[in-house]
Amino acid sequence: MALLEIRDVVKRFGDFTAVNHVSLSVEAGEFFTLLGPSGCGKTTLLRMLAGFEQPNEGQILLDGKDMSQVPPEKRPVHTVFQSYALFPHMTVAQNIAFPLQMAGVPKADIPTRLDEVLEDVQLQQFAKRYPHELSGGQRQRVAIARALVNRPRVLLLDEPLSALDAKLREEMQLELINLQKEVGITFVYVTHDQGEALALSHRIAVMNKGEVAQLDAPETIYSYPKNRFVADFIGQCNLLDAKVAEVGGARMKVEIPGVGLCETLPVEGAKVGQSGTLTLRPEKIRLAASLTHDGDEVHFKGKVHDCLYLGDVTIYIVELENGTLVETMLPNSAPGRARFFDDNDLVELAWRFDAGHFLLD
Amino acid sequence: MQNRIQRAAKWLISGPPLLYLLIFFAAPSLIMGFAAFRFGGDYGGLMPLTQTDDAGKTTLLINLHNWHDFLTLESFGRFFEDSIYAGLFLKSFWYAGLTTIICIVMAYPLAWLIARSPKKTRDLLVLLVILPFWSNFLIRVYAWMIILGPQSYFSKVLNSVLAVFGVEPVSMLFSQFAVIVGLVYVHLPFMVLPLYANLEKHDMALLDAAQDLGANAWQRFWKVTWPLSLPGIWAGTALVFIPALGMFAIPDLLGGTNSIMVGNLIKQQFLDSRDWPFGSVLSIMLTLAVLLLAAFAAWAGSRGKEKQ
Repeated sequence: MALLEIRDVVKRFGDFTAVNHVSLSVEAGEFFTLLGPSGCGKTTLLRMLAGFEQPNEGQILLDGKDMSQVPPEKRPVHTVFQSYALFPHMTVAQNIAFPLQMAGVPKADIPTRLDEVLEDVQLQQFAKRYPHELSGGQRQRVAIARALVNRPRVLLLDEPLSALDAKLREEMQLELINLQKEVGITFVYVTHDQGEALALSHRIAVMNKGEVAQLDAPETIYSYPKNRFVADFIGQCNLLDAKVAEVGGARMKVEIPGVGLCETLPVEGAKVGQSGTLTLRPEKIRLAASLTHDGDEVHFKGKVHDCLYLGDVTIYIVELENGTLVETMLPNSAPGRARFFDDNDLVELAWRFDAGHFLLD
Repeated sequence: MQNRIQRAAKWLISGPPLLYLLIFFAAPSLIMGFAAFRFGGDYGGLMPLTQTDDAGKTTLLINLHNWHDFLTLESFGRFFEDSIYAGLFLKSFWYAGLTTIICIVMAYPLAWLIARSPKKTRDLLVLLVILPFWSNFLIRVYAWMIILGPQSYFSKVLNSVLAVFGVEPVSMLFSQFAVIVGLVYVHLPFMVLPLYANLEKHDMALLDAAQDLGANAWQRFWKVTWPLSLPGIWAGTALVFIPALGMFAIPDLLGGTNSIMVGNLIKQQFLDSRDWPFGSVLSIMLTLAVLLLAAFAAWAGSRGKEKQ
């Protein structure tokens, strides 16, 4: 049985449905992420798990027990808030000891518990400081330590890294992964940052308009998005309009109007003439002035439309023969070279037939 | 150059109010402090230090050799000789303290309610709190004389209820009770406003966090809201306790003979007995007592912080 089970949960605020019939389950020890744009319902779902909101329909079960009658202070679930919500009138040690005191842990045991968790987040020498005397990253660690010290069954994290700068964010991501491995507590993580979600999670639920658009492992979500929304939201993705041209066999053929036929992986239930979208990640496209390609590759001609130099890579926007723009990228492995092509250069593109992923409309 | 202009501007802006305070606050305080060491005049007031002869020439009578004929500790002696004055001080502190505590208890829920209201309602509620200031202070206290007086509906209803239980009718006016009611009524807004200003700034996420970490409603209040509202409580206490301590109009109008405060005594010395030296002594002792109390509070506060 799953540790946390969300069964057909609906939450409405007036006319607005924030969470619409969501069902999912989280296993013990999992790093689970709710990912989506703002207003997709991920934070509402998190607040329902914490107990601050009550679902209008459906059930939330923790260890098989219905949580609907359990107030937030009685749930074995703790939250790391986006703003950290550290108590400004308490020192780091007092902040972290707070949940222990509330749980009635004997006074004599508190110092040991405190030392343990301070060591976990490397804040031993900051125990006597007040939150306003700490840096953003240190506050973040205090918030995590405070939420973890009582060993909750589930730790909820509400965009915990969004207030940090990019470099610190990456450091904290690594720390979070290690911490989660070390303590073995189930993490439910909310973010709108797809990179963060891919880097941290065991599984991701991509949410859109109150519904789960796709629930899968990061690599599956990235490589095989189930719908246009997920393809578009996660990473950069080319979306090419196409029609099914040939089915049956190990490969399916689709026609990109004005460009030509293109082989791809077969899609279940596809019928000739059905329209859809071919999704293609920029880094899976080969680009050169002229290419030799094998039978497993799809091959087209194009013209460079725009270049974006990013340092490690350069993005080339290539115009296909039908006017569609395709994003591709090449690593700048040759030292000092900013780009291989200039605008309006004629180029050839190729990708493996299984690099693209066809979505039926 | 820039610096000089900035400095000049600073003095130009802060100079006038500073001068005003020097002339009308610091100087009178010093004059009063000096008056406490002088003898009373034959017909009240102070014994003169100067003499004007018929020709209109003024001479200073006091000099380095005869100063003990003009300066004395007699008035201070009077203050310490009779315990009635210390008793009156204690009673005044008790009235002001009780007023402050009642104001805190009454203002807290009100300030909380205002701070948690939607923005529009909030402004309206703040306006309602300061609305009493639009009418004259004495008129408002006179209104309490009517409300607490024996002819008011309030008294009649109360006494008829008491009669059911066989209790003798009570007279509320001219009593300690009436004084406290008046003091609380007049000072309540001065507790509500600083408390509101404090509570309004509280981050609601802190209460969510406390609840999430296992605190029930009672613990959330005492562990989070209360300690964070202490600056507001202290500001309100200063604004209520000190004026209440020196109040004389309310005990005059609402109190009986038994419920006068130190303010009444000081007023009596200056206006009725015309014993200015003793009035000055009482004023100085009151100021000292308040300063001592404030120093103690500051010391206790800093000690409490260290202990945490």
